[in-house]
Amino acid sequence: MSSRQAILDRIKENKPAAPAPWVKPPFQVPLPQDRLALFQHSIGAAGSVGVLVPDLVSVGIYLQERFMSPDRVVNTVAGVGFGRDVSTAILEKEALAQVEVAVVAGVLGVAENGAVWVTEEQVPVRVLPFLCEHLVLVVRQQDLVGTMQEAYANIKVDATGYGTFIAGPSRTADIEQSLVIGAHGPKRMHVFIIQSEL
Amino acid sequence: MDKLTPKTIPVPDHPAAAAAFQADAERANWHDQALWFIREKRDVASKQTPDWELLRETASQIKEHVLAHLDELLIQFEEKARENGIQVHWAADGEEHNQIVLGILRQHGIRKLVKSKSMLTEECHLNDFLAAQGVEVVDTDLGERIVQLAQEPPSHIVLPSIHKRKEEVGELFHQHLGTEKGASDPAYLTEAARQHLREKFLSSDLAITGVNFAIAETGGLVVCTNEGNADLGVHLAKVHIACMGLEKIIPKAEDLGVFLRLLARSATGQPITTYSSHFHKPAPGQEMHLVLVDNGRSTHLGKKDFYKALKCIRCGACINTCPVYRRSGGHSYHHTISGPIGAILAPNLDRQKNADLPFASTLCGSCTHVCPVKIDIHNQLYLWRQVLAQDGQVPKAKAVSMQAMATVLANPKVYRLAGRSGRFMLRWLPGVAQNKRLNAWARQRDMPSPPKESFRDWYLKNRKTK
Repeated sequence: MSSRQAILDRIKENKPAAPAPWVKPPFQVPLPQDRLALFQHSIGAAGSVGVLVPDLVSVGIYLQERFMSPDRVVNTVAGVGFGRDVSTAILEKEALAQVEVAVVAGVLGVAENGAVWVTEEQVPVRVLPFLCEHLVLVVRQQDLVGTMQEAYANIKVDATGYGTFIAGPSRTADIEQSLVIGAHGPKRMHVFIIQSEL
Repeated sequence: MDKLTPKTIPVPDHPAAAAAFQADAERANWHDQALWFIREKRDVASKQTPDWELLRETASQIKEHVLAHLDELLIQFEEKARENGIQVHWAADGEEHNQIVLGILRQHGIRKLVKSKSMLTEECHLNDFLAAQGVEVVDTDLGERIVQLAQEPPSHIVLPSIHKRKEEVGELFHQHLGTEKGASDPAYLTEAARQHLREKFLSSDLAITGVNFAIAETGGLVVCTNEGNADLGVHLAKVHIACMGLEKIIPKAEDLGVFLRLLARSATGQPITTYSSHFHKPAPGQEMHLVLVDNGRSTHLGKKDFYKALKCIRCGACINTCPVYRRSGGHSYHHTISGPIGAILAPNLDRQKNADLPFASTLCGSCTHVCPVKIDIHNQLYLWRQVLAQDGQVPKAKAVSMQAMATVLANPKVYRLAGRSGRFMLRWLPGVAQNKRLNAWARQRDMPSPPKESFRDWYLKNRKTK
């Protein structure tokens, strides 16, 4: 008998009786007008810089002022207008490892923890947001939700082969609990929130 | 069970190992404080989250549902995962798990790999097994890399190197990574590890990860890290192998909304881990495998008093809060998973070898109080003690003294006699009661000064005079 069948048979024999049905209760959620302030607080607490801008062009201007040379930036968001276009960026992993700044669109932002949902549709290769030194995420204010439960109600996790919530630059505290920002992934992160009417 | 020699520190029993840990008082105090600091961060995070108790109850209910429907959920998950292009393997035990992983490696002719944190692979002793086959395994979580270089097992499931001081890490990195002698700044050492591991990520063709949650409804899996090491490893490799214990399954993607709100807050006090990555399909040109491991879980499921330990989501909150763990260190538990949850999981795997662990507790209940999925940890510790005592698996001295205690407490006359002789001894021969060799209880404590009479004597006398 295969291990699979043996395991399943044993589970069937040993599993406990089903508990009484449980109706998920309603959970409190932040008010829509509070989402922006809460999101900004959360991204700051996670070590990112949050910037509220009126439109995508403002993101490009902000980056130009700080990074000067567009060669330092790989941009995957149409409308930002600064940085190397991704189609011309070299996507071999050794060259990718040299990427300083990557600009990536987020699908949705979560106010309670500052996490931004990014799927493989937003990036040319899955590794880009992890390999760059400095990650720039762009999310629309209208795409903010309050809690993780609201987030999952608004995304379909298997719509693409890969998706991730990113909640700040990479970090570790594995040496004596001292927080160090910049473990294996990005050392710095910006989150641009594109303003919109609610 | 597999026959490999695990890389464990030789420890005879928990009390002896705890005493050895306590011998270095400065380190023991630091360890205690470091873990309490994390416990306090967890408290703040939980109190800032509305509906925290409702979240715990919901998570608990979801997990109870999972355990009652585990076979159906696994079949549903397997079917969906296969549709997604994930190759699913089943392993009855650690040995079979290791052989499956080796088979995939051989198929691709791979001799080195990167691995992100996976307590399951620790449980199966995968690293030692692969090393014996000439495969280089590089653990990429910083804490795990530290203990790997030190040739030690992790001492904590979330904070693998919490027992190490920064000077010790500095010395290890000096020897292995060429950092400056005597350097111990965490930021400097972390940067050195980043550069060292970046090269490993870029040159590795295969990545192993653990699994935090597997979604039956969609056939995908979720891996949570703060460092980004799981993602870097997987996305730069041609082959991804994810290894998970059977109990990591959850019914629906929406359940993640509950678990991800609880996991990091309970673990470190963060509102969420930096990365919560959802893998559903291999990237173009990539191959993805999932190994489902039983290793005693399906048997454990049948134990009425103990199966609820399988609800665990491995946050480590019970470990951080445990007054015994904080003062005895993770290695004193001589099991992959230390602390209270380890002490109730370990006897399911090997009752004899782990008979000391359910006694490594004060039964204060703090573990149960912080558990995000409401496992009755301290009750199970208490129940294990009874099972082990009935099995004759407690030390002779403890069994005999418990038997004597039972006789005394069951018989009022004997009880009164014992009380009188106790008071007599404490008053007239205090040296005997305080003798730290004769009385183990008095080793860290002073005996109380004896009352003149028992409450019963006092009561009888005073009632008469009224």
